[in-house]
Amino acid sequence: MSKPLIVNNIRTLRFMANEMTQQELADKTGVSRQTIVAIEKGKYFPSLELAFRIALVFEKPLEAIFTFTLNAE
Amino acid sequence: MDIKERKILVSLISSILILSIYTIYVYQNSVIKNPEILNDFSFWGKSFLILIPVSITAQIVIQILFAIFNAITHPKEKESVTDERDKLIELKAIKIAHYIFITGFMLAMGVVAFGLQPWLMFVALIVSGFIAAIVNDFARLYFYKKGV
Repeated sequence: MSKPLIVNNIRTLRFMANEMTQQELADKTGVSRQTIVAIEKGKYFPSLELAFRIALVFEKPLEAIFTFTLNAE
Repeated sequence: MDIKERKILVSLISSILILSIYTIYVYQNSVIKNPEILNDFSFWGKSFLILIPVSITAQIVIQILFAIFNAITHPKEKESVTDERDKLIELKAIKIAHYIFITGFMLAMGVVAFGLQPWLMFVALIVSGFIAAIVNDFARLYFYKKGV
């Protein structure tokens, strides 16, 4: 079975948002900086609620931040 | 290593220290003087009942001391909030620890079922609880490092 993979471009979006720091994004979304780091590195897939919170911060639709692909094994 | 990982490491080391010191204390003050006490259920009951508050109090004191030490050594570090990732990591680690403790519990019941020395049952319970606590901390460290 194909393994689902979610990729994101939070790092790019932070850069475009006046070089927002990970801590600033963490404060705005109510999570720890370590969680933002883990999401950016693809070590943690956020909940739908957190994904929407991140999208709200960048004022973008969810699919502009997260991309779902099926990674064939 | 961030504050959460350091906290887990402190918890891990303190768990090992607390149980080791308590075991040595009980062994020297009760078991050496009277080895027959191992077959006395009230001895095991008292030992368990004392260990729980002693362990909790010691853990709290150690965590407070760590917080003070951490505030001095890392003054600019912000206290991290507990979020969904922390809760998920905690749940996964507890699940693993739970399986280990249940295995230990089954072993303890096996000891009774096969008619071995009753004190072995208590030892199996303590050891499985201890290993479960250690594995819980290791699992949390692993999930923080490798991702969840």
